[in-house]
Amino acid sequence: MAENSSKAPKTSKPKTVKPVQTKPKRNRQSKTTIPAKTTKTSQLSKQLQQTLDELGKEVSIEMMRMMLLIRRFEERTTEMYQQRKIGGFCHLYIGEEAIAVGTAWAKKPDDYLVTSYRDHGFALALGMSPNECMAEMFGKVTGCARGKGGSMHFFSKEKNFLGGHGIVGGQIPVGTGAGFRAKYLGTDQVSLVFFGEGAISQGSFHESVNLASIWNLPCLYIIENNRYGMGTDVSRVVSIEELHKRATAFSIEGLAMDGMDVFECYRVMKDQIEKCRKTSRPALIEAKTYRFRGHSVSDPGKYRSKIELQAYKDADPINRTRKTLTEVGWLNDEDFKKIDKEVKAIVIQSIKFSDESPEPSLEELTQHVYS
Amino acid sequence: MSTKTITIREALREAIFEEMERDPTVFLFGEEVGEYNGAYKISEGLLDQFGPRRVIDTPISESGFTGLAVGAAMVGLRPIVEFMSFNFSLVAMDQIVSNASKMHYMSGGMFNVPMVMRGCNGSAAQVSSQHSHCMESIFSYIPGLHVISPSSAKDHKGLLKSAIRDDNPVIFLENELLYSLPGEVPSDEFTIPIGVAEIKKEGTDVTVIAHSRMVEFVKVALPALSEMGIDIELLDPRTLKPLDIETIVRSVKKTNRVVIVEEGWRFCGIGSEIADQIYSACFDYLDSPVVRVTSTENPMPYAKNLEVATLPSPEKIIEAIKSVTYRN
Ligand SMILES: Cc1ncc(C[n+]2csc(CCOP(=O)(O)OP(=O)(O)O)c2C)c(N)n1
Ligand SMILES: [Mg+2]
Repeated sequence: MAENSSKAPKTSKPKTVKPVQTKPKRNRQSKTTIPAKTTKTSQLSKQLQQTLDELGKEVSIEMMRMMLLIRRFEERTTEMYQQRKIGGFCHLYIGEEAIAVGTAWAKKPDDYLVTSYRDHGFALALGMSPNECMAEMFGKVTGCARGKGGSMHFFSKEKNFLGGHGIVGGQIPVGTGAGFRAKYLGTDQVSLVFFGEGAISQGSFHESVNLASIWNLPCLYIIENNRYGMGTDVSRVVSIEELHKRATAFSIEGLAMDGMDVFECYRVMKDQIEKCRKTSRPALIEAKTYRFRGHSVSDPGKYRSKIELQAYKDADPINRTRKTLTEVGWLNDEDFKKIDKEVKAIVIQSIKFSDESPEPSLEELTQHVYS
Repeated sequence: MSTKTITIREALREAIFEEMERDPTVFLFGEEVGEYNGAYKISEGLLDQFGPRRVIDTPISESGFTGLAVGAAMVGLRPIVEFMSFNFSLVAMDQIVSNASKMHYMSGGMFNVPMVMRGCNGSAAQVSSQHSHCMESIFSYIPGLHVISPSSAKDHKGLLKSAIRDDNPVIFLENELLYSLPGEVPSDEFTIPIGVAEIKKEGTDVTVIAHSRMVEFVKVALPALSEMGIDIELLDPRTLKPLDIETIVRSVKKTNRVVIVEEGWRFCGIGSEIADQIYSACFDYLDSPVVRVTSTENPMPYAKNLEVATLPSPEKIIEAIKSVTYRN
C-alpha cells in the first residue's frame, strides 16, 4: 500500500481568513427558565372553569386517565428498552402528554394528524391500542405497522394518523398534503401537523406553511416547543424565540399555548380547529412544553440543569390536572389510585400481549415494498 | 515506524484536529458537534480546543448549512460538514448534487469546492427504514464527487486527512457500529492517498471485495473458511470513487473468482459497478460468475429478525464464497 507522508495542501490559502460570525460562547449550562405556575389553588380562572363546564366530569377524568396511560406506558417502555425487548431509537413523550391529549379530545375523529418520531403519546391519545403500540416496539407482527416501523413509525389509517416520522421536518409537507386533500374533495377535515421546535429550521417547514397560506389549506401547524432539539437549547438556533411569531411571515395567525395544561391545550386546539374548519386558513400554534427525559432513551440529558428540570417537573401536566379535578370535587385520591391501577394493568397486559405475539415471518421481508 | 492503538472514533478526531491545527481555513460544523461534543462523540473536545469560531453548532438545516459550505469552499475555506448520519444528507441532496459536484465543471474550472461531508452511513441497531440508508452508490453515481468508505482506524485517519486536503467535494462515509473498533495507526503524521485499495489479507482462492463494516463481516467468516480449506484474498477498495480497479484486477487475475460484499441494496449497488469493470477488464480470467452479497430489496424493517434477514452476514458471505468455488 502506498502511503504519502503529509505534504502541504495543494490549494493556496487566502491571505486573510475572515472570521465566521457565531454567537459569543455561552455559558454551557442552559439558562433556567421557570415554567408557568400551576393554576391558582383557590380560584380557577374563568377560562378553565368554562372549559371544565364544557367537558364535564366524565370527559375531564377520561382525559386525565389518557395522560396517565401514556405516562405509565412510556415508563414501562423504558424498562422494556433496558431489558432489550425494544431496540433502535426510542423517544419518550413524558412531560408533553397534555398536548396530544388536549388535541385528541379537540379534534374530530376524521381530522388528520401527523407527527415526528416522538409519537407514542399521539398514537395512544388517538385511540390506538396499547397492545398494537407495544407490540410494534417489540418488533412483533401484531404491532400497528407489523413490526416494520418500530417506536418512531407508528401509523393508523383507521385513526387518520399519518404516522410518526424520523427525518426532522419531513412530516410537515406530508401533513400539508392531507390538508390539501380535504380542500380538494371539499370535506370539512382539518390536518394537524405536529413537529418539534428544532424542525422549524428546516426548509420543509417554511415551504409548507407558505403553500398552506397561499392555497388556503385547512392545516394547523403545531410546534411542540420543548426547548431542546437533542442537546441544543432553542435559543441557540432560532432568530426569534417567540416561535409562533413566525406566522407573520406567512400572513397567518400565530399564537402560543401552555403545552403542560391539558385543558388549555384542549381549548386552544378546539377553537383553532373549528376556526380552521370554517375558514380553511392555516395557523401556527406554539405549545410551550418540556420533556422530562432525555432526547431518546439513551440520552442522559446532561445539557440542562437540575433546577430547570425540577421546575418543569413541578408543573407536571398530570399532577396539575389531578389537582384541578380534585379542587372541583370531581376526583379524590382513591379515584386517582384506582385509575392509576387500571392503566398500569392495561400496560402490563400490552407487554404480555407483545411477549406472546409472533415475530413477522420472513415472507414479510419484501412484502409492502410495492403496493 | 512506531504505532499506537486507537479507535476509529479517535482516529477521526485526530485527523480533524491535526488538519484544523495545520490549516486555519479548515473548520467543522454540523448538528451537535460543539457543545454536545458530537452525537457520536467524534468531535469531543474540539470546541474547547478551537472555540466556537471553528467548531460550529448548526440548527437542523441540512440544506442550508451544506449549501453554505459549498459557497464558503468556493471562496477559499475548507469546511468539514458533519451529517449526524448520512440519512440526513438526503435533505441536502440538491446542494450536494446540483452545486457541490458540478461547480468546478460548469464554471469551466474557475471555482472548486474543497469540502468534506462526513458522518455515519448504513444501518445501526434496529433504527428502521428512515435511518439505515447506505448512500455509497447514490453518491458514487455523481461525477465530481469523491466517495470514501474506510474500514480500519488507520484508513479512517489517513483518508480523512487526504479528504480535507483534497480540492474536490468528498463524501466520507463512516459507520456508527465501527466507531469503537480499535486499530493500529502510525504514531507519526501520515496520510493515505484517495483512490488506492488495500489488500487486507492475501490469499489465493477467491477475491472478496468489501468495504466499511462489511470488512469486519468477512473477517468473522475467515476461521470457517480456512476450516473448509478456502484461502480468500480480502480486498478493501477504501475509496469507492475513484475506484482502484488496477488493484482489483491484479487480485482477480490471481484468484480467478470474485465475491463482492456491500451493505447496500443489490440493484445499482456499488458491486454492480465493480462487477461490470471486472467483466470488462478480465473476463477471461474468471472461473465463475461474480457473486454479490447485498441487502435484500426492501427498506430496512425494524423487527430484529427482519433486519438480520435484510443485511449481509458472515453466513451469507460464506455461502457466496462456497458458490464461486463450487463447494455447495
Ligand atoms: C433531517 C434530520 N436531521 C437530524 C436528525 C437527527 N435528530 C433527530 S431528533 C433531532 C432533534 C429534533 O428536535 P425537535 O425538532 O425540537 O424535536 P424533539 O425531539 O425535541 O421533540 C435531531 C437533530 C434527523 N432525525 N433528521
Ligand atoms: Mg424540541
